[in-house]
Amino acid sequence: MKSLRKYLDRIKPNFEPGGKLQSFHSVFDGFETFLFTPSTTSRSGVNIHDSLDSKRMMIIVVIALIPCLLFGMYNTGYQHWLAIGASEFPFWQLMLYGFCKVFWRIVVAYAVGLGIEFCVAQWRKEEIQEGFLVSGILIPLICPIETPLWMIAVATAFSVIFVKEVFGGTGYNIFNVALVTRAFLFFAYPSHMSGDGVFVPLKGTLGIGDGTAVDGFSGATPLGQVATNVGNTLHLTNVVGEPLTYWDMFLGLIPGSFGETSTLCILIGAAILLLTGIASWRIILSVFAGGFLMGLVAHTFATPSYPASMLTAAEQLTLGGFAFAAVFMATDPVTAARTNTGKYIYGFLVGVIAILIRTYNNGYPEGAMLAVLLMNAFAPLIDYCVVQSNMRRRMRRLNAKA
Amino acid sequence: MATNNKNLSALINPLSKDNPVIVQILGICSCLAVTAKLEPACVMGISVIAVLAFSNVIISFLRNTIPTNIRIIVQLVVVAGLVVIVNQLLMAYQYDVSKQLSVFIGLIVTNCILMGRLEAFAMGNKPWPSFLDGIGNGVGYAIILIIVAFFRELLGSGTLWGVQIIPASFYEQGYANNGLMILPPMALIVVACIIWIHRTYNKDLQEQ
Repeated sequence: MKSLRKYLDRIKPNFEPGGKLQSFHSVFDGFETFLFTPSTTSRSGVNIHDSLDSKRMMIIVVIALIPCLLFGMYNTGYQHWLAIGASEFPFWQLMLYGFCKVFWRIVVAYAVGLGIEFCVAQWRKEEIQEGFLVSGILIPLICPIETPLWMIAVATAFSVIFVKEVFGGTGYNIFNVALVTRAFLFFAYPSHMSGDGVFVPLKGTLGIGDGTAVDGFSGATPLGQVATNVGNTLHLTNVVGEPLTYWDMFLGLIPGSFGETSTLCILIGAAILLLTGIASWRIILSVFAGGFLMGLVAHTFATPSYPASMLTAAEQLTLGGFAFAAVFMATDPVTAARTNTGKYIYGFLVGVIAILIRTYNNGYPEGAMLAVLLMNAFAPLIDYCVVQSNMRRRMRRLNAKA
Repeated sequence: MATNNKNLSALINPLSKDNPVIVQILGICSCLAVTAKLEPACVMGISVIAVLAFSNVIISFLRNTIPTNIRIIVQLVVVAGLVVIVNQLLMAYQYDVSKQLSVFIGLIVTNCILMGRLEAFAMGNKPWPSFLDGIGNGVGYAIILIIVAFFRELLGSGTLWGVQIIPASFYEQGYANNGLMILPPMALIVVACIIWIHRTYNKDLQEQ
């Protein structure tokens, strides 16, 4: 550690104004503050210093995502093995297969996103902002595993430039960067983001898992099956046509976007976020409450013309990206509501709208993404109303006294 | 000489420095609606040039006889008449394009550029400068329309003027058309990019 500090001190003059490499100042600064917390703090007045800066906050979110990431790797392998009709599921081969599949997607998302961040920081002569640390890992987690790499690159570039940088960088964006990437992919390349062939990989990688899909294979996600369901009862099956149990849905052994299938792993992540105080429990709780309530209402008035209304409220919460959106997307501190009352309203509406879109709009089998993006747009308005009503209440109290 | 310069600037300014779409921010609505393909965008551009130039001339001739309190109605009648003529001509000679543009030719009447130029220029200037102003603004509008349509058709459909541009080998390699380009939001983002580049080169236009 000491030698690293010494090395950084030695090369630092090169990056100061007037040095040889002064145009790379922000890159150096980024790495220095990443490795060592800056020692410059205020020297006067009474200040409370906490070691929790935004870099550490981001890292905790990344740690909370690791269960989902690991389970995603396992599930990718598992679905593939199921699809080729295997009867044994060797754990390490499954993990290795999933790792090979997701590795390049993570690399591409980080390379494109951080590349743009670095360039913009150099160009504006600002510090490098760490906001992309979380977005970069979220993007592969919320995309189908067979999304082509170049599409991830294009979508990441689009959302980093048009959603984050033009608004002024990390902390100024109106919409969640990772979700806009997903939305861009969803609207720009719909055939690669839904349907049979994108959620379950069928080809072997590096000689692992070679084989062909069995007869009767269908790679549709449970929600995809719900959307095309006909008749008065739901038939949810796995990729080879066997019926799904609620336990499968909760554990996440179902086809779906890479990291969002396992409600269990998402709850582990939620526990990490809540114990460290990073995410707001108000938002998570109210998203689940809103979703559950809307799920109940929809299930009470179940009709075959809207097949998703035949799902029970508990199934609604475990299927699709709902839980993932509730824990990792809606709680993004930049785009969510800031006031405590506002957080309840914001979260509740995210939950309600997600299930509303999922159930009553047959064009979109999953509504969590659109619900969070819609409420991102309304978050400032919610905050404004909460603050105004608070001011009115206090004004009344003041007038009553006087 | 002075009048020549003034005429010239009436013609040239709207092309870039005083462009109706990217500087005055007028006519955005039709800019989103008709630019998914290059052909309708060009036809729309030409229609607007024609309507704008001739309505400018007519209003400029009438400008001293129009009572101020009913001038908007007079302007609307003139524009509406010209739009109907353009619409009939398109139906007669370019039926397919006319079908694609559908209601948007009729909506030239409500295009803000028209009323803006009539009020701001034709009501206070002689017919010849008004004609040049109409041509200039129309061309300024058409340029932006064509640039936006170029990118939207190329990236959204892989074609230009209906001709396949992106080779089939690209599609075999896994390339796919960007469906978002066909949707109106992307037109807004393309216009925003044009404004971004334009303001970068014209620093005096940058808002503080």
